[in-house]
Amino acid sequence: MAFPSYYSPLQKLGSLMLSASAYLVLAFLILPILVVIPLSFNAEPFFSFTPGMLALEPDAYSLKWYQQIIEDDKWLLAIKNSFIIGFFATLIATTLGTLAAIGLSNPNMPAQRWIMAVLLSPMIVPLIITAAGMFFFYTQFNLAGSYLGVIIAHAALGTPFVIITVNAALAGFDYSLVHASLGLGAKPGYTFFKVIMPLIRPGVISGALFAFVTSFDEVVVVLFLAGPEQRTIPRQMFSGLREQINPTILAVATLLVIVSALLLLTLEYLRARSVRIRLGTQ
Amino acid sequence: MPAHLSIKEIADSQAQLRRKKLVLFAFTLPLLLFVMLAFVAPIATMLYRSVYHPTVAQLIPQTLKQMQGWETQSNTLPDNDSLVTFALELKSLAAERRSGKLAEEINRVFPGASSLIKSTARKLKRLDEQEIISSQGTILLDSHKKWHNPALWRAIASAGEVWTSRYYLTALDLQLSPEGDIESRDTRIYLKLYWKSLRIALLITLLTAVLAFPLSYFLANASSAKANTLLVFVLLPFWTSLLVRTTSWIALLQTNGVVNSTLKVLGIIDQPLELLYTEFATVISMTHILLPFMVLPLYSVMKNIDPSYFRAALSLGAKPLPAFAKIYFPMTLPGLSAGALLVFIISIGYYITPALVGGTDGQMISNIIAFHMQSSNNWELAAALGSLLLVLILALYWLYDRMVGVNNIKLG
Repeated sequence: MAFPSYYSPLQKLGSLMLSASAYLVLAFLILPILVVIPLSFNAEPFFSFTPGMLALEPDAYSLKWYQQIIEDDKWLLAIKNSFIIGFFATLIATTLGTLAAIGLSNPNMPAQRWIMAVLLSPMIVPLIITAAGMFFFYTQFNLAGSYLGVIIAHAALGTPFVIITVNAALAGFDYSLVHASLGLGAKPGYTFFKVIMPLIRPGVISGALFAFVTSFDEVVVVLFLAGPEQRTIPRQMFSGLREQINPTILAVATLLVIVSALLLLTLEYLRARSVRIRLGTQ
Repeated sequence: MPAHLSIKEIADSQAQLRRKKLVLFAFTLPLLLFVMLAFVAPIATMLYRSVYHPTVAQLIPQTLKQMQGWETQSNTLPDNDSLVTFALELKSLAAERRSGKLAEEINRVFPGASSLIKSTARKLKRLDEQEIISSQGTILLDSHKKWHNPALWRAIASAGEVWTSRYYLTALDLQLSPEGDIESRDTRIYLKLYWKSLRIALLITLLTAVLAFPLSYFLANASSAKANTLLVFVLLPFWTSLLVRTTSWIALLQTNGVVNSTLKVLGIIDQPLELLYTEFATVISMTHILLPFMVLPLYSVMKNIDPSYFRAALSLGAKPLPAFAKIYFPMTLPGLSAGALLVFIISIGYYITPALVGGTDGQMISNIIAFHMQSSNNWELAAALGSLLLVLILALYWLYDRMVGVNNIKLG
């Protein structure tokens, strides 16, 4: 490593120790996630490396746990459910959240601080409390054990993220564009889709991704609210980890790591685009 | 207002502003209604459930009505009419197979009452009503000596109260003495668990802060290309499913897991350490899971700190460490406090990870709430414990709003 020439030996040592500890923390962050990937190819039904795997023998590796996912109806149902519930929850959260953020980001919004605090609270309240409350309340309307119940619950949990990201996209939004559009005779709906939407689209999409991940990853509410018909991927993993630990879970985990890597790439792309859009309008 | 505006113009502009506010509110209204119904109403229901408990009052309404005249503080039994009514109601409950529910409810207030009520109910089921009425309550009293205990009858009266603070008392390890005073219980379960949750949350907050500080400093002072590449290692865990990260820690910490095998190969240990299903497992996996929540706000604050302040302090003769402590560190406090509050708020109510890796040792308050919801079916106690936790969280949320501002939460 190159140090500035005026550094004292002590400063060099300090700088070395700093980068060493930073890399150690990075290793602590990433290694536990990477460790599941090779383990998912284990030919033995264990959660640990076999001597054969360490010796890199081809026989010690296998794809059978991936095959088990495809052959198991429970996992297939869980995958289907996760996408169905995630899709509809995202749709509701994104639509309502975007509209609300447009109102909330305006400085003339009445009681802005209070409304914001209420709308963001689903993010703060512990899931166990939310889940218990929803169980009490939704049962009265026969929503427990139904797709609709889980979708509504997940939509409520996802909306804070949409508000935050759309709000950020609206920071520095030039309202004279709206006035100009309306003043030139455009209808409000047209103004919304042709003037506001293109400018905040990256924020809306990343909010939608957050909402989707919230639903896709959520398990406590599903535990309390969903019946066996609505089992999702994390729910299936949870019971798997509690009952019989099986490397199929590691295979699912590996697939989920790939999904999150793809998600991260998408978000990075959106962030870069959002910066470009903002620089373009200023 | 400038003088050249007429009254009408002022009124018009005010009306226009009001209209504008109404339009803005209309944008927010659909979500506000949705969140109220889908989220706030359930939370309110939980608060309501923690004090409103009509089950016993619905099971034995007549008995409770009869017992109203009974002096609960006196060391006597309720009058014969009450006893007969209770026996009749218990008989009909037994016929409908609902006496077990009553037994369970009374047992919560008077431990040991469950088997007594169940066996008495079985006996009463075989008798006909006339026999019970003519016996003047002796059938009940003769069936078991416990029915002679006024405390049992006080428990029945107390369980029959529709509005009750009993579950809050239990949640705080308190109880009502026979004289009606509030006294502490012999065994402390819940307060201990609240303290433990607070202690674990505080420990996790400290650990994440200690780990995040050098990393964020390093990232904030690295070239932007390098920082962006290394940030992937922070963001990938952030976006990875919670269940995946918990699974990884199970794979790492179990008896024959990666950590134990590595330590064995290195010759540090002979016997595998018991790492999984301990408090240690809860703390280390939650530290891992919550670390990005500390790194991201800290990094964004540190990136905007002008390095020239620190350099100026050094060139003016300050020693590096005091300069760091007095100049640089105070400027990181907004990020540090935002991250710390966020991590603390999230970890205090954590459920999934302690449930999977904590064993009996590493359980937190959320786990006992889940236990009362799912296993012991004491939903009212779960609601009371949850309400207390909610108050704690809302106080922290208020503090977060004061210090950081909920409008300033940023993601990614």
